[in-house]
Amino acid sequence: MFKYIVIRLLTFLPTFFGVTLISFAFIRVLPGDPIIVMAGERGMSEERYNALMAQFGFDKPMLQQYWEYLWGVLHGDLGNSFVTKRPVWDEFFTLFPATLELSICAMIFAIALGLPAGVIAAVNRGKFFDRTLMTTALIGYSMPIFWWALLLIIVFSGNLGWTPVSGRISLLYYFDDVTGFMLIDSFLSGQKGSFSSAVQHLILPTIVLGTIPLAVIARQTRSAMLEVLSEDYIRTARAKGLSPGRVNGVHALRNALIPVITVIGLSVGTLLAGAILTETIFSWPGIGKWMVDSIFRRDYPVVQGGLLLIAVMIMIVNLTVDVLYGFINPKIRKS
Amino acid sequence: MSLLEIRNLSVEFASASGSFRAVDGVDVTVDAGDVLAIVGESGSGKSVSMLAMMGLLPWTATVTADEMTFDGKELRTISAKQRRDIIGKDMAMIFQEPMSSLNPCFTVGFQIKEALRLHLGLNRADRHARAIELFEQVGIPDPEKRLSAFPHQLSGGMNQRVMIAMAISCRPKLLIADEPTTALDVTIQAQIIDLLRELQQDTGMGLIYITHDMGVVAETAERVSVMYAGQKIEEQEVKSLFAPPHHPYTSALLSALPERAVSKHLPTIPGVVPGQFDRPAGCLFSPRCSFADDRCKAEKPPQSSKELGLARCHYPIILTSEELA
Ligand SMILES: Nc1ncnc2c1ncn2[C@@H]1O[C@H](COP(=O)(O)OP(=O)(O)OP(=O)(O)O)[C@@H](O)[C@H]1O
Ligand SMILES: [Mg+2]
Repeated sequence: MFKYIVIRLLTFLPTFFGVTLISFAFIRVLPGDPIIVMAGERGMSEERYNALMAQFGFDKPMLQQYWEYLWGVLHGDLGNSFVTKRPVWDEFFTLFPATLELSICAMIFAIALGLPAGVIAAVNRGKFFDRTLMTTALIGYSMPIFWWALLLIIVFSGNLGWTPVSGRISLLYYFDDVTGFMLIDSFLSGQKGSFSSAVQHLILPTIVLGTIPLAVIARQTRSAMLEVLSEDYIRTARAKGLSPGRVNGVHALRNALIPVITVIGLSVGTLLAGAILTETIFSWPGIGKWMVDSIFRRDYPVVQGGLLLIAVMIMIVNLTVDVLYGFINPKIRKS
Repeated sequence: MSLLEIRNLSVEFASASGSFRAVDGVDVTVDAGDVLAIVGESGSGKSVSMLAMMGLLPWTATVTADEMTFDGKELRTISAKQRRDIIGKDMAMIFQEPMSSLNPCFTVGFQIKEALRLHLGLNRADRHARAIELFEQVGIPDPEKRLSAFPHQLSGGMNQRVMIAMAISCRPKLLIADEPTTALDVTIQAQIIDLLRELQQDTGMGLIYITHDMGVVAETAERVSVMYAGQKIEEQEVKSLFAPPHHPYTSALLSALPERAVSKHLPTIPGVVPGQFDRPAGCLFSPRCSFADDRCKAEKPPQSSKELGLARCHYPIILTSEELA
């Protein structure tokens, strides 16, 4: 197992360098000039422009710029934001907990509803619940996120006034950042009403971000369960006199989890992509919104560094998923 | 009163192309301590009839019977919960494919202890002790270590022993062994058959042994019932079945045995078991029967008398004493 993890880590290296190259190139092929964007509406003189070009090193050859960037990355230096002048690294870790909190909630939402729904649909294959669920899942999967978000905002925030429209917590509350997770921090602060405010702010973004993973997980669970339910060992389990709950929920689900975990791992990638839209719509101060803002500001170091960190994050998740397989199905561990 | 009494059992599968009768009016009787063998070619409905009795068929199956009693309980009318209390405890089954019949995600220990907790309510320590005892009983060496093995770490023969241990874990009154040795190699086959026979003699449970192999029937069973295309076509004491079989199909099966072959060539039965679309109007065996005439092709044969092995045949074979000699 240990050897396996080391080998997997080694295969990260080419991917890692590929991502540095792509993130470096991506922002540079976008039309627009970072110095002009900085200048704003008043414009700037020729000399000032050239001085800034030199200051940020944009006058050097591309290859040299890339080399300097890579050199910095290898030394743990992702550069400073053009806009805030703070290190990209710091900004990322200030904002990341907001995204992480939202993603975790969205994933819990998707798994908590998707797994049981998929199991029930498979067990009642072809019946009313199954058909309804599969249709709903298809709609959920193909619905544009922003449209879905706006619809929820109109109904629950606009018409019903149940949930707030933006941010992580009401401005009435202020407390120190301990963990960066609003739910935990507000709880620790002990301020009356702050925790429930944090929860209310999370509800709509969680639903919006969790919808696609929910649809994917429900469908995958259903099809994996259908396959497993026709296996001989399920018949053996039933022949033992076990209850349907135990047969489906323990004997079948455990085997069906392998493909489901794969899609959960893959959803983490989509989750981060979805976070960009969701955070922008709900003014959620996480890395999704940060990336979008930085692209508009042509904040090169932030876009490069942010993309790299997100990519590394996804690679770690994929590795974790692979290791999890072995625990769930010992047969895979052997090979 | 017999332990198991099934009368006129039929099973129909609904499919896109209409319904298909896999089991057609079968009777099964097993007394306590009885060993009944069921033989027949592939697709003759042996497994389906047993699964129907256990309530393990998928929802596409419709099961009908005039009577289906086990140990004094009418299986057709009891609730699903009551049935689950019986199967795995008083009535247990082992299957054809040991490798795929055990769950790959759980240790064999977990899988055997599960039944012990469910039906006997044993505590953790007692479950462990009983599991070890069972493994010893079915001849699994080093049981303590084997309990924590996963099915893929054991051989097919070992897995079948695990299945047997699991099936007898709650001391069933009836054990159904559905071709338990088909997937194993020959030496292991003999061991498993010996094991089952020993267990049956030691515990006095009823045993239904499903097989293709007439040779095994002769060694194992007291009574044998022959199935063909969903019907029971003959049932006899083993001794008398081997003396003069009454149904031409049984006779053909027997002469297909290597040690009974008269000529150098092994006689086989030409043709195949009729499927969903080519069921003959009269006797189901008539297309393959060397004695069949027009009556056989047109009329369904009735069941003959007990002396003639209940053979479903218009012209049951009756050998005269000169022919026997
Ligand atoms: N779930 C099912 N749906 C539809 N048809 C089925 C199903 N299970 C079995 N059958 C059909 O029922 C018939 C009898 O099958 P069964 O498994 O009882 O045969 P068998 O006598 O046990 O044969 P074998 O010796 O190969 O195990 C076969 O024609 C089979 O195709
Ligand atoms: Mg079978």
